[in-house]
Amino acid sequence: MTMQLKLKNLHMTGIRGISRRWLGKAALAICSGWIFSAAAADVNTTGLAVTDKEVTVGILHSVTGTMAISETGSVQAEKLAIKQINAMGGVLGRQIKFIQEDGASDWPTFAEKSKKLLVNDKVAAVFGCWTSASRKAVLPIFEQYNGMLYYPTFYEGLEQSPNVIYTGQEATQQILAGIDWVVKEKGAKTFYLLGSDYIWPRTSNKIARKHIEKLGLKVVGEEYYPLGHTQFNSVINKIKLTKPDVIYAIVVGGSNVAFYKQLKAAGISLPKEKPLLLTISVTEDEILGIGGENIEGAYAAMKYFQSLDNPNNKAFVEAFKAEYGDNIVIGDVTQAAYLGPWLWKAAVEKAGSFDIDKVRAASPGIELTTAPEGYVKVHENHHLWSKTRIGLALKNGQYKVVHETEELMEPDPFPKGYQ
Amino acid sequence: MSMPNQSSMENSALVENPLSQHGLKALFPKHDIIYLAILAVFLGILLPMTLDIFRLNLVGKYLTYAFVAVGLVLCWGYGGILSLGQGVFFGLGGYCMAMFLKLEASDPESTKIQSTPGIPDFMDWNQITELPWFWEPFYSLPFALIAILVVPTIFAYIIAVAMFKRRVGGVYFAIITQAIASILTILIIGQQGYTGGVNGITDLRTLLGWDIRTDSAKYILYYVNFILLMLCLLAAQFVRKSKLGRLLVAMRGREDRVRFSGYDVSSFKIFVFCLGAAFSAIGGAMFTLQVGFMSPSFVGIVPSIEMVIFCAVGGRLSIFGAVYGTLLVNWAKTTFSESFPELWLFAMGALFIGVVMAFPNGLAGIYKSHIEPLFSRKPKMFEKKPSTPKPASAPEPVSAEPPSIPGSISAMGK
Amino acid sequence: MFADYTSAELLSIFAMQGFAGLILFSVFVLMALGLAIIFGQMGVINMAHGEFMILGAYVTYLISNLFSTYLPSLFGIYFFVAMIISFFAAGALGALVEWSFIRFLYQRPLDTLLATWGLSLILQQIYRSVFGAREVGVTLPDWLMGSVPLTETIEVPINGLFVMGLTIAIAIAVYLLMYKSRWGCQVRAVVQNRPMAAAVGINTAKIDRITFALGCGIAGVAGSAFTMIGSTGPTAGQLYIVDTFLVVVFGGAASLLGTIASAFTISQAQSTMEFFLSGSMAKVLTLLTVVIILMIRPQGLFAMKVRK
Repeated sequence: MTMQLKLKNLHMTGIRGISRRWLGKAALAICSGWIFSAAAADVNTTGLAVTDKEVTVGILHSVTGTMAISETGSVQAEKLAIKQINAMGGVLGRQIKFIQEDGASDWPTFAEKSKKLLVNDKVAAVFGCWTSASRKAVLPIFEQYNGMLYYPTFYEGLEQSPNVIYTGQEATQQILAGIDWVVKEKGAKTFYLLGSDYIWPRTSNKIARKHIEKLGLKVVGEEYYPLGHTQFNSVINKIKLTKPDVIYAIVVGGSNVAFYKQLKAAGISLPKEKPLLLTISVTEDEILGIGGENIEGAYAAMKYFQSLDNPNNKAFVEAFKAEYGDNIVIGDVTQAAYLGPWLWKAAVEKAGSFDIDKVRAASPGIELTTAPEGYVKVHENHHLWSKTRIGLALKNGQYKVVHETEELMEPDPFPKGYQ
Repeated sequence: MSMPNQSSMENSALVENPLSQHGLKALFPKHDIIYLAILAVFLGILLPMTLDIFRLNLVGKYLTYAFVAVGLVLCWGYGGILSLGQGVFFGLGGYCMAMFLKLEASDPESTKIQSTPGIPDFMDWNQITELPWFWEPFYSLPFALIAILVVPTIFAYIIAVAMFKRRVGGVYFAIITQAIASILTILIIGQQGYTGGVNGITDLRTLLGWDIRTDSAKYILYYVNFILLMLCLLAAQFVRKSKLGRLLVAMRGREDRVRFSGYDVSSFKIFVFCLGAAFSAIGGAMFTLQVGFMSPSFVGIVPSIEMVIFCAVGGRLSIFGAVYGTLLVNWAKTTFSESFPELWLFAMGALFIGVVMAFPNGLAGIYKSHIEPLFSRKPKMFEKKPSTPKPASAPEPVSAEPPSIPGSISAMGK
Repeated sequence: MFADYTSAELLSIFAMQGFAGLILFSVFVLMALGLAIIFGQMGVINMAHGEFMILGAYVTYLISNLFSTYLPSLFGIYFFVAMIISFFAAGALGALVEWSFIRFLYQRPLDTLLATWGLSLILQQIYRSVFGAREVGVTLPDWLMGSVPLTETIEVPINGLFVMGLTIAIAIAVYLLMYKSRWGCQVRAVVQNRPMAAAVGINTAKIDRITFALGCGIAGVAGSAFTMIGSTGPTAGQLYIVDTFLVVVFGGAASLLGTIASAFTISQAQSTMEFFLSGSMAKVLTLLTVVIILMIRPQGLFAMKVRK
């Protein structure tokens, strides 16, 4: 009876995409809870914070400081996923309890807090980090204390840690498909690369440049501005001077707002596609700040858009809105963050244990048919196979999906010939 | 911004307690010896005994900021020079240490997947194919250790000479040091091929083959840190008790009078600023060793100002207070942000305002005016001008010198 | 790099680049004017200046929402209403802050720095709690968007023109207030010699409060204007603070004319260098030059002779 109620609840909260197999498993987990509770020592041989009823995980994002803008969505998504998993009976019959820590947009704080989560709280997994810098700061700690981090952001690649599952795309997945598409569909010949001045835009532009040059096309300019820069008139003039077919923009944070507003004010109308603008850094989250009318007509290449038309995503968006209000928007990273707890749950259940080493061994090959983005699969290199989509920014702040790669893109964090 | 009523107050203070009355006192009057001993027991015995290694490592990290705070007590509390760029020196010291450790971590064996093995990973990501010339010397530990002290000090010297010789001080100095912090941050982030950019220099493992990440290494590093801090406190105490310390206080009150007395004011300021920079640099290097990486987030304005608040909470005139203040603020930060991350900024903001308004001399001031009299057998004559905590009646941060130096001179006349 | 272009193209590019410099100049002046009054005239280092600007930006955001919901027909003019309300909102907050703690700290400029830094942290967190951590987008009326084509190749952004116009208007208003009004006369008297000013019957406490409020109010208007070109988020204010202080100090703290001259110099230098170098290096070089000049000439471009 209770079980039926629970299942009914699930439908109410809108998780219709959950496969039958999973529901079955959940039911099994609930019914046989006592079996698992008897076996607490078996599923946890390394002293993690796992009791007969609960398993503790960590959430580590910035809720204060400059990065709180971006990381809020990820926290919400991770909490939602945990809530849904708990409603289905948890993981191996145990409810997930989370400890949330604030990285405060400060990399050493991230390191400190990750250490606290691993050493003090003995969490079974950590969902968190956003910027590359914060990930780099915590990485040695995860490797030293053998923790498991689910990292949601699309990033520059060049990394493959046994202690991290990268649920966002690495650079080549995002970049190659986007450039191929503008070349093929829009006949682009010349590119202007623009970015904020740090490692992700620089590495991404490096890959983009190599790819563009391999295709025999031309990069007419490459430019970087400090994080937080708000005056882009000079670079806009340079763009007007060099007349590229495509502006390839990887501007992040508050600079985005300034850049798109000034672009529009300078008379470069994006819907005219002269030049066309392709970005890999603006999700629906950022458009909230930029304003749909300022970025209307730009294209973005990433793996998820809120407007994706599939049953999984509809259920996800519905559940997300039910939880956080109707005005909420969901960006690529938010969705990737949502995958984290689910991937972890799947790996734990496949391994039949919370032990980090067993979870790691079980992770490659894990499939998620219920992912809002469609279907994902964990690669040997701990990144996800995923499709890349091209979205056209609309005035209402949403993207219209105009293209989707046929095949899943293979993650390749150390791309040969692009370094 | 002249303040006649203020200066008349100062005049009377100077007349009552002319500087010349004091010769060189013993380095440690009785009180200070006790304070130092208490601090040594607290940090060296009590904390290591009661805390597990994770918490102790945190304390070790906080204590690296205490180096900066002690330096600030000398510069700001005594010299009246408020630097908002101490993070620059902390960062430079930390980067010098990190460069050495990174080179050691980047031996050709462990970096063989790179296109150019043997150079730090971030250089490889930025298509740099050989080690830049200024990295070369950092293969040598002695060079790195010397650089930790010398590079920031020279940098501080250049800034200080340029500023103090032209009698730039106070507010202008604060703003210019802030600008320098901002320039250096942009530069470090922008030149990521050489500096690691916004990520900083990460994944540092060993020091001459000794793994700095193990628990035993953390204990040892904690004690190294502790001993260095004690040495810095001794050095600071020496400066404080020497003629230089009293001249600094005099300059803070009335710079022109000191100058008229024939002293070269600027060279004292330059010295104390360089000393503060050197302290910060040691802190930075110890930070790198204990935390295992260095990033530009320490060089910027925000951490630099936070370090000032550590000093202000402890008491800008007390070198011991600065250590306690650093520990207290950071402990509060960690605790708050573990339970109420959103409240932390309110608490921090309130701390800034509260300290400035109500307790200009911080913890040390409260201690001096409220606790010390309880078990001090000294006559009341030294409590002539206690710093009252009421804002309206405390127009100036009345200097809370240890009772043995009754030179109460109002701070910051301009 | 110019070999491939015709002279007409080059001309238009230089014209537009010059205009970009002028917009930057306007932005700097808007940021710095309020601070020049607070810092230059009163000696208070207001580290929360950026947060006062963001208050203006958030007020503009609220007003735009209000207009689009209740008065969509008047949406075209909401910006003027927003600027006026921003001015008074930031000014009122400024007066409150002055009353609650700045007034106790006039003789301790370095302590005002710490206290206002604390204030800025609190304000940031308030914005974050009220408006959320995400940035908000302010919708502009249509007439402010787009650009005026002067020739076939030269286009001038309308919001740039608007910011420039606003800057000129505010600068003139401040000039008139400071140098032609009775109140300005009193302010200058208090700045030059407080006890004498008090002795001739000027209510110095009141003057201080109004001056501080005025400076904050101008910051509010600046923030309102910046919604057209920049971002509105809880921490956006911090981005401006170093630049703003440098502009004021470089100009010579007590001189309003100096502030304008220094804003012009810095903006033109930066925008020219941005064209030839990368953005990051241009910024570093500009700041470095300013710092070095300040080391050589600490009193700034225009020093006012005041007996200290």
